[in-house]
Amino acid sequence: MAWGLVYQRLSPFAKWATYSLFPLSPGTHLTSALEFFLYEAPKVLMLLTLVVFVVGVVRSFFTPERARGFLAGKKEFAGNGMAALLGTVTPFCSCSAVPLFIGFVTAGVPLGVTFSFLISAPMVNEVALVLLYGLFGWKIAAIYLGMGLAIAIGSGWAIGRMGMERYVEEWVFANAEAGSGVIPEEQKMTWEMRLRLGLDAVRDIVGKVWPYLLAGIAAGAAIHGYVPENFMASVMGADAWWSVPLAVLLGIPLYSNAAGIIPIVQALLGKGAALGTALAFMMSVIGLSLPEMVILRKVLKMRLIATFAGVVGMGILIVGWLFNLVM
Amino acid sequence: MPTSGGNEKENMKIAILGTGCPKCRQMAEVVRKAVEKSGMDAAISKVEDIREIMKFKVMATPALAIDDEVKISGRVPTVEEVTSLLVP
Repeated sequence: MAWGLVYQRLSPFAKWATYSLFPLSPGTHLTSALEFFLYEAPKVLMLLTLVVFVVGVVRSFFTPERARGFLAGKKEFAGNGMAALLGTVTPFCSCSAVPLFIGFVTAGVPLGVTFSFLISAPMVNEVALVLLYGLFGWKIAAIYLGMGLAIAIGSGWAIGRMGMERYVEEWVFANAEAGSGVIPEEQKMTWEMRLRLGLDAVRDIVGKVWPYLLAGIAAGAAIHGYVPENFMASVMGADAWWSVPLAVLLGIPLYSNAAGIIPIVQALLGKGAALGTALAFMMSVIGLSLPEMVILRKVLKMRLIATFAGVVGMGILIVGWLFNLVM
Repeated sequence: MPTSGGNEKENMKIAILGTGCPKCRQMAEVVRKAVEKSGMDAAISKVEDIREIMKFKVMATPALAIDDEVKISGRVPTVEEVTSLLVP
């Protein structure tokens, strides 16, 4: 309730703060940049806090065991779609990728469906979506969500079609009962515990992310105040076909969370990069990370890891190109 | 939980399962505090090898096992929660 009230007052507050606290006259670049920052920074922070809290509570209803229950024995495609969606709401950290992979595969979740989950879990997340919404508007956030799910579904499906089961390390299948040692937690969780998990998530994520966020908004404010609008659509724009593959390749060795990458995306867009190129870069950094591949090496042979990186990279590439073409 | 001979302060075996991510370290810290608080004589061990972790049949880390039984998996508990698990 209080949250809503404060949120509604933000715009007048930013105006007031800009013009009364600083000796600035309306209409200059500096003024409009400052007003942009004073409005956007608290807005995005508040939005992020709310969404991270809600998602934290929602996640307490989902466990990897439950996701596996839904996905075991599912057919291709429908299974890929479901896995991509579950990947976004099931609590997941990349250090859990191996136990999760083993738990899925040994319970009869098809390999491709498992990959859809593993691709969407890091790439499509609430922090990325809130930041994109806050800084670039809901259309771009929706596009990112759609692109991310499409890549997770498509890549997982393609990997499934390739029949690469023999490139999974043999020892994985010795763990026939992975996941069975755990009492399903969602049944014994109280609401108090769920709310606490939400607050934990806020402290954890917002506490870590806010400096990047302010940097991103400051970059946005600078562009807002100083860079003319048509500048965006020039140099590194949609015409340069090679900009998308370059963005994907550059993104693989770079590893960052969604918040860390947003200032860079801001700067890229400010320098005139096309939207598809900037989003492809962001997806490559978040979705294709070397540390995660190193972790997965414990359960996958090199050939499958290379295929995974190749297929997802191609997916990002195609989506980035398509996007630049259509826009 | 099978307790032997009714002696509650019998050496408990507490295992923290995780490959060394930040959340696993948080969990280790929480468990250390809980054990300290309860004044129990417990042996805390960290299981970091993935094959050893998989023997506990978990699907998410960090996880907490007490006397080889998995109690918590995939999240960091509070000190109170762990204490209540230690002293049933």
